[in-house]
Amino acid sequence: MASKVFGSAVRRKEDPRLLTGQAKFTDDFTLPHMAHLAVVRSPYAHARVKAIRTKKAAAMDGVLGVFTGKDMKDAGFGPIPCAWVVPGSNAKTPPYPPIALDVVRYVGNAVAIVVATDRYVARDAAEAVEVDYEPLPVVVDAKKATEKGRPQLHADVPNNLAFTWTVAGGDVDAAFKAADVVVSERIVNQRLIPNAMEARAALADYRSATGEVTLWVTSQNPHIVRFLLSLDTGIPEQKIRVIAPEVGGGFGSKIPHYPEDTMVIFASKQCGCPVKWTETRSENYRGTIHGRDHIQDVEMAAKKDGTITGLRATVWANMGAYLSTASTGIPTILHGLMLSGAYDIKNIREVVHGVFTNTTPTDAYRGAGRPEATFMVERLVDLVAAKLKMDPVEIRKKNFIPPFTDGHAVATGLTYDSGNYIAALEKALQILDYKALRAKQADLRKKGEHIGVGFCTYAEICGLGPSKVAGAVGFGGGLWESAIVRFHPSGKVNVFVGISPHGQGEETTFAQIVSSELGVPVEDVEVFHGDTGQTPMGWGSYGSRSTPVGSGALMGAIVKIRDKAKIVAAHLLEASVDDVVYGDGKFSIKGAPSKAKTIQDIALMANVAWNYPAGVEPGLEASAFFDPSNFVYPFGAHAAVVRVDVETGEIRLERYVAVDDCGRVINPMIVEGQIHGGVVQGIGQALWEGAAYDDAGQLLTGTMMDYALPKADAFPTFELAMTETPTKVNPLGVKGIGETGTIASTAAVYNAVMDALAPLGVSKVDMPLTPERVWRAVRDARR
Amino acid sequence: MRFGVSITVNGARRKHEVEPRLLLVHYLRETLGLTGTNVGCDTSQCGACTVLLDGKAVKSCTMLAVQAEGASITTIEGLAKNGKLHPVQEAFREKHGLQCGFCTPGMVLTACHLLEKNPKPSDADIRHGLEGNLCRCTGYQNIVAAVKEAAARM
Repeated sequence: MASKVFGSAVRRKEDPRLLTGQAKFTDDFTLPHMAHLAVVRSPYAHARVKAIRTKKAAAMDGVLGVFTGKDMKDAGFGPIPCAWVVPGSNAKTPPYPPIALDVVRYVGNAVAIVVATDRYVARDAAEAVEVDYEPLPVVVDAKKATEKGRPQLHADVPNNLAFTWTVAGGDVDAAFKAADVVVSERIVNQRLIPNAMEARAALADYRSATGEVTLWVTSQNPHIVRFLLSLDTGIPEQKIRVIAPEVGGGFGSKIPHYPEDTMVIFASKQCGCPVKWTETRSENYRGTIHGRDHIQDVEMAAKKDGTITGLRATVWANMGAYLSTASTGIPTILHGLMLSGAYDIKNIREVVHGVFTNTTPTDAYRGAGRPEATFMVERLVDLVAAKLKMDPVEIRKKNFIPPFTDGHAVATGLTYDSGNYIAALEKALQILDYKALRAKQADLRKKGEHIGVGFCTYAEICGLGPSKVAGAVGFGGGLWESAIVRFHPSGKVNVFVGISPHGQGEETTFAQIVSSELGVPVEDVEVFHGDTGQTPMGWGSYGSRSTPVGSGALMGAIVKIRDKAKIVAAHLLEASVDDVVYGDGKFSIKGAPSKAKTIQDIALMANVAWNYPAGVEPGLEASAFFDPSNFVYPFGAHAAVVRVDVETGEIRLERYVAVDDCGRVINPMIVEGQIHGGVVQGIGQALWEGAAYDDAGQLLTGTMMDYALPKADAFPTFELAMTETPTKVNPLGVKGIGETGTIASTAAVYNAVMDALAPLGVSKVDMPLTPERVWRAVRDARR
Repeated sequence: MRFGVSITVNGARRKHEVEPRLLLVHYLRETLGLTGTNVGCDTSQCGACTVLLDGKAVKSCTMLAVQAEGASITTIEGLAKNGKLHPVQEAFREKHGLQCGFCTPGMVLTACHLLEKNPKPSDADIRHGLEGNLCRCTGYQNIVAAVKEAAARM
């Protein structure tokens, strides 16, 4: 890497348009003759639809049509497919019609749609649609839903069991028999609402003359949406163009292919005009996927000296009313396989029940499975430490996988790529000044003040992933990436990629890579993504894969460009190709650096092809595909310091230290930004966030007034540091950093609060740790 | 029933007949086509729709267009002058105060108003001043740094 561009905090190319209001999000597009769609949604969590009366709505001025599930079905629009079915799990995938046909199964389930010339008229008309419901019994709790005699959601799914999946390695029962200590815990990893600041939207323009459709949609993976649309709309894939324009955050919630995607296409086809649907926030809380929602019964076995010997768990994962696109892979592959964490736990067994309930479907939410695994492991490690009266730092050090660079196999069957867990923890301890902090804590305790220190030393799996593994675990697609690098005659460059970033800044980091590797200024490179009509096939941005996998494809194209440029340079320099060397954007003759051609000279000649080597294709453009050999496994050590007011239950976050390792860093400014945002989301789960349903299946946290999102004034300035352990899985040695903060911070903050409360005898409070819950726990412990 | 409104937006006087129930944000986005102002919620929590109304930061989803009669509004489109970013915009870029950019127009305009009231704010002042604006990407740290940077530049 000759250039300093790689590894420096280059200002983002994305920013000028976003800072001036010139960026175009889906709802910003207006097409001539465009109509608006509004959805009539069920107010019941479970009911039979007896009648839908549309006459009044249809007669309103400006209404173009009112349609039901039957209308969509009759027009050949099928159920929304589930795209991840884990083998060996006895999975049931009952149909998910885009509009309910006879039964609604969650509050927010679509019952009818209205198309009108104006956004307000569409909403008015939706209110005028009259629906008769016959309420049915409701179940919202995943564990209860599996018990005998509970309401059944789907006819062919006994006990609401969508699937049961097991991961096992070693001899778990023997480990527990031989254990000196065993701790057990019921953990409720509560349901969360993703809350991308831009809610969803979709705009379809169907042309009857050609049978082609263009869909602008808030998606993290437009190529996957196109593929799935070809299955459920009946429109062939080559006639579908899916564009994800500017996308205002996703956090997993914009991975799924949603019913509204097909509704707007159907409506555009029926009404003969472009049709747009824009989700309101209260619709978003009901109709866009939720995340997490596990009930976990878990035990950990250990020896007297603190060696952890076994982990055993049963999990009830709430899938909601239907299986969303990637849903079944989240509590299984992305959760259960990570139960060894950063440790060498030789014996592991977990049984995961995926359960249907009368709630909004769940799917990937930032971290997706790994936060649920990390919290479980990191909490139990602390409980074992407490039982053995060990320092939480010492037990971690004792059990860490020792530093490795060439792979380390864990009991769940995964092979981690590289890691140096102790180094990250030592760095965090140094920043914290751990000894002094413990001394301060002891002093404050004498005065009746309660501060706590909590740790999370995580290892996570991301950079999804090798495609053959994707296939083996039932994911209905590949997980490789692609890139095209195109030099124009002027020496400027366009890059086209299959990933679909939406805030992560790859337009900048990928330009930095091109700049470093080919000697082109960053400002001469523009990166395009997110349009199936313009960008090459790719599987999208999620699972912290865009940089680790996408840069592998980009590097493949860069190497091809360099190889071809060498041939052209040799011709222009009248030298043999073997004598041409590349460095700093210049191709020169070995030993005679003054005789050189720049990449820009070569781009011009390759594009005009006037003086050109025989048998070589004109143009300077290359396309490459990259399928990694393994996932990548970032890791780190996070520590939180909290102060708890035991009289009010109020928690104040005093310090937060994050040491992360994502291999080589391309742009430290962007990496730090990803960590900040992730940490805040994870702290949100620990302290404030939680979706709540009542027994009738009504969402009690139905608006931003009722669902507590993190705000600016709740945080200190975070203290960040990095260690660097490259991976061999991709050409640049990079690992993903988009989710680590969320994966780590929930457990770090929770453990800190429990550390603060330890002298009072409190070791468990269900999340979120609201003042009321903390106060009650303290009061109960004092009784 | 429609009402005539006359509103100055980014320095230009605009006159329209609007429905009395038309939200100011929809007037800006749909009647005028100024789509830089975003809608992030329907309960006045998120602040993505914040604009400056006679110099004060207001949530344009919580006002009717008719209530803005006679007012002067600055939206994000009107902040940069002569192709030069406003110091707050510059500082957001410099300090990486945005990721997906959806909350950014509201954040930037709120920051402008905050600095107008308090030209040398502390970190705590900034964090308190941004309480009415939600960001799900940045974790706020770089937004706070950006506002501080802007204060130094202005």
